[in-house]
Amino acid sequence: MRNQISAGRIIITIVMLVIGIAFLLPFIWMISASFKPEIDVFKYPIEWIPRHWNVYQNYRDVWFGDHPFAVYYWNSIKVCVLTTLISVTVSSLAAYGFTHVEFKGRNALFIIVLMTFMIPSYSIIVPQFILFTWLQLFDTHLGLILLGSFSALGTFMLRQFFLGLHKEYLEAAVIDGAGHLKIFRSIALPLVKPALATYAILRFIWTWNDYTNPLIFIRTDTLETIQVAIQKFASESGVFYSLIMAGTVSAILPLIVIFIIGQKQVIEGIALGGVKG
Amino acid sequence: MTRTKRVKTASWRNRENLTGYAFVAPMLLGLILITIVPAILSLIVSFSDWSFIQGLDQFKFVGFKNYSRLFSDQVFMTSFKNNIVLLLVVPIQLIISLALAIIIDKFVYWKSFFKVVFFMPYISSIVAVAIVFQLLFAPSYGPINKALESLGVANPPKWLADLHYALPSVMIIMVWVGIGFCLIVYLAALQAIPRDMYEAADIDGAGQWSRFWKITLPMVSPTTFYLLVTGFISTFKAFDIIMVLTQGGPSYSTSVITYDLYTTAFVSLKTGYASSMAWVLFACVLLITVIQWIGQKKWVNY
Repeated sequence: MRNQISAGRIIITIVMLVIGIAFLLPFIWMISASFKPEIDVFKYPIEWIPRHWNVYQNYRDVWFGDHPFAVYYWNSIKVCVLTTLISVTVSSLAAYGFTHVEFKGRNALFIIVLMTFMIPSYSIIVPQFILFTWLQLFDTHLGLILLGSFSALGTFMLRQFFLGLHKEYLEAAVIDGAGHLKIFRSIALPLVKPALATYAILRFIWTWNDYTNPLIFIRTDTLETIQVAIQKFASESGVFYSLIMAGTVSAILPLIVIFIIGQKQVIEGIALGGVKG
Repeated sequence: MTRTKRVKTASWRNRENLTGYAFVAPMLLGLILITIVPAILSLIVSFSDWSFIQGLDQFKFVGFKNYSRLFSDQVFMTSFKNNIVLLLVVPIQLIISLALAIIIDKFVYWKSFFKVVFFMPYISSIVAVAIVFQLLFAPSYGPINKALESLGVANPPKWLADLHYALPSVMIIMVWVGIGFCLIVYLAALQAIPRDMYEAADIDGAGQWSRFWKITLPMVSPTTFYLLVTGFISTFKAFDIIMVLTQGGPSYSTSVITYDLYTTAFVSLKTGYASSMAWVLFACVLLITVIQWIGQKKWVNY
């Protein structure tokens, strides 16, 4: 009986492997095309493993050519790291305040925060643009960072975790005379570290993939982040598809690396948020 | 409630209040600047025919004119209709991802490997994905049509270049991108189903099929409902994929509200009119959320 089940299991696993590979074919095609000389990209039957290799030239042209990806990469890293840092700090402060400090008007303020979550970002992008022009935040990285740093989602998510902390545990510290800032830093924050990691990884991925904000709020080419850069590169370099594919691989690669390192956090974070709704 | 008994003096209350405001102030100030003030501005501007290249002295209210104009605006109505068609993406996504989740949960080895595989498109940037699919779908030299031709399809569709296939092509990509998210959420839901429910079913001699209909499906229904709602909302927010892939074309067949809003605001520079679109978009999202609140109580079997 047991053996029979295993045999079935192996067959289903193999079938699923085939489906999985088919599912990832667009990625495989992209990577393979980025390794080839231009004339081989659209050869049919498809050479999944390139017959002629052109890796070095392709990636060198993309990274240090007319549209230097090195610059856009640096911009993206800068914006993503700062956005993530600020967002995690601000969100965890607010989440702690909304759970463990008893201040007047707490519930009303929390409802206001939640309500902002319902407003689609596209609904307010035009006045944001006008406001940022007035405040001279238009066409600056600071502007981009501010746009990504204040999210009700982070507050809400981290609040769920702070709610899970035992109140007695924190109140013991209050009796010992510790202030909220001290409790927050030395007790509450270390206890929700996994949640902070999850939120930080997700925020980084979202910021890295953000296309709309840089499209609208950045004009100077050298300030461009990776998503808009790759799109401009693709529409301007016309027929150099192998280079375009080298660009898309470069744009996705850091995410794959982060995802593989933080896989558990990402998947658990999404599953948790999802089931809780 | 177990609350430590302590005399809560006025000065303690005061300090607690101030501490509380200090903790939430950065977030609130940020939200006021980034979200709340722009939302109010957007509502005000939506009742004017103002453009941001004009000075503030040119500001003039026109009442509901922008909103009534939307209904006779061919491009906007087409975009709105396309948004409705895009909703179809969500149920398709859910069916595929529930099937995959059940198989991965119960019937395969290397579970976490499969999770990663199907999740990959979701974390990849939509811009990169759109650029890759643009090449894959290319009518004459693209690999998809080359493959179809070699399989004997004489006139394969022109996909993104064809008036009738462009929107379905976009939908295929959206399904592909979104499966991973639904799959992960479904897997968590499946793992939360108590084992003894299935054991009881086994004793009753229930087959796989009736186990699915009688236990699995009802037990994951709150998840299904949640995914349906968040999925619907996210299709209304689709912009990147349209902007990179088709720019709304050919002849507006893939235009959506967000794209129409973008071009109206930043190409035609009609700030007031674009703001009225923004509020229709907001109303759509709000409507879905309200349906969620009502529906959660009525239709979901817990």
